[in-house]
Amino acid sequence: MSGACALRAEEVSYEVAGGRALLDGVTLEAGPGQTVGVVGPNGSGKTTLLRCVYGTLRPTGGRITLDGDDTAALSVKARARRVAAVPQDAGGGFGLTVRQVVAMGRSPHKRFWESDTAQDAARVATALERTGAAELAGRPFDELSGGERQRVVVARALVQEPALLVLDEPTNHLDVRYQWELLALVRDLPATGLLALHDLNLAAYFCDRLYVLEAGRVVAHGTPEEVLTPALFAQVYGVRAEVGVHPETGAPTVVYLPPKKGVRDGRPA
Amino acid sequence: MPIGSRTRCTLVATALVAVLVAGALAGLALGSARIPLGEVLAALTGRSQPGPFATIVLDVRLPRVLLAAVVGAGLALVGTVLQALVRNPLADPYLLGISSGASTGAVVVVVLGVGALSMQMGAFAGAMLALVVVYAMARRGGTSATLTTGRLVLAGVAVQYVLSALTSLLLVTSAEKEHLRAILFWTLGGLGQARWQTLLLPALVLAAGLLLLLALARPLDLLLAGEEGAMVLGLDTGRFRAAVFVLASLVTAVLVTVSGAIGFVGLMVPHAARMAVGAGHRALLPVAALGGAAFLVLADLAARTVAAPEEIPVGVLTALTGGPFFLWMLRRSQRTEGVAG
Repeated sequence: MSGACALRAEEVSYEVAGGRALLDGVTLEAGPGQTVGVVGPNGSGKTTLLRCVYGTLRPTGGRITLDGDDTAALSVKARARRVAAVPQDAGGGFGLTVRQVVAMGRSPHKRFWESDTAQDAARVATALERTGAAELAGRPFDELSGGERQRVVVARALVQEPALLVLDEPTNHLDVRYQWELLALVRDLPATGLLALHDLNLAAYFCDRLYVLEAGRVVAHGTPEEVLTPALFAQVYGVRAEVGVHPETGAPTVVYLPPKKGVRDGRPA
Repeated sequence: MPIGSRTRCTLVATALVAVLVAGALAGLALGSARIPLGEVLAALTGRSQPGPFATIVLDVRLPRVLLAAVVGAGLALVGTVLQALVRNPLADPYLLGISSGASTGAVVVVVLGVGALSMQMGAFAGAMLALVVVYAMARRGGTSATLTTGRLVLAGVAVQYVLSALTSLLLVTSAEKEHLRAILFWTLGGLGQARWQTLLLPALVLAAGLLLLLALARPLDLLLAGEEGAMVLGLDTGRFRAAVFVLASLVTAVLVTVSGAIGFVGLMVPHAARMAVGAGHRALLPVAALGGAAFLVLADLAARTVAAPEEIPVGVLTALTGGPFFLWMLRRSQRTEGVAG
């Protein structure tokens, strides 16, 4: 592992043609080794923010730095040596086996004509083991279920040995056990983690800090205890929620409640 | 690569070499005049008496068989690369209009005698232009980095039609008397122009192309992860795609100037090779090249012998086998892509 890096997004904006801003001055920080969650309703800009961080989108304003280095100045390959990503859509494998897909994670560290060494093969095997996908190694990637693909793409990101790991809705398609195993794995990696998450109970338990996005802006950030309040649920999601502290884990737990009679969107009608 | 798949790859390659050698020997022995295999081998090893048999084998048939092998290997290579580039198994230099572009470019140079441009340069320009137009048309409006089969095939067929018509028009209106034959050559392809001197450039380009693509096996594999996947794995997809466009156009152009637009080899062979050894390019590229060589040597043998003494343009035979194959694949791809495809 190449350790962890500090991520900083400063006033990052992303406008599409026509001037609509999907991100509007987002500032975010993740210290080395921290696990930081990005939450918010659908369409709030989570995926756009993550894409700007892992580099498939170029912000139209602001800047993103890794240990102080502006990512805009890094080549695609130099960035991939430091940042690994698990995009929402795992993509197809077009006939590749799981082992071949995971081995692709070594590419940023290789000259393009170099072939994989025995060490690379060992890294691939270890990563598949850690994501519980070892028994899938010889299967065609295209034939896997959504959850299996997800674990394989996470394994691919692990062999990339990144200093920053970005995951977009990594728990989609996963059953409860793998959700927990995956998030525990990400949290325990030396690498800094940036995750978009839907499940706020998981976010509360696994993340050191949370950023709440709404319409492309950060509307709240801090520790899960600071951020996850009934007022925030009413304001951002328009739902009633009760937030407690779990006696065993000590993490905030969220219970969603049906709307009160005569009350809509969590606010008095 | 695990041991199992390496063994498999060696087995497949060995079998293809055997088919290629057997097909080549048959190609040397059979034709308008049948030559006994013993005489063929004697001519090849330089132990035969000078005479008509030796002349036919060494000066007529050998360059033709070798050209068939070179063109077949080249078309299969280009097809393999295009399929990775558009992440769609229905790509082929002919179907995407690249071969037609090369034909038209070459004919423009021949007929109009544009400046000092050589035929190969014209073919290259035409191929490149056709590929860029088809790619841009198929890509337009699509949000996904994978081009849908429908758009890709429609764009390719449309461009191919326009270019073939243009080629025919140029030839019909030219002063050239032999234009019907020329139209057949440029639009359907044929290996009848094979001479030792026509063989050199395609053979060199094939060898260089194969080596270069083998060196690029890793980034080609990365393309299979999709636009976003390739980028997060460190591939500058825009630049790499442009480079491969140029390479594919160059190889296609050189092949088309010596063999016309032969279709479907680049469609069928890479697909079969992928089924045999998987999609990893380090194994796929050489196997596809061998398969393409063996396929076109056999196809040309059939073109020369089934209706002897008449010769069928080899492109007619590849289309006869490739067309139904294409329809079968189209059906399969629509099933996986759903109505949107």
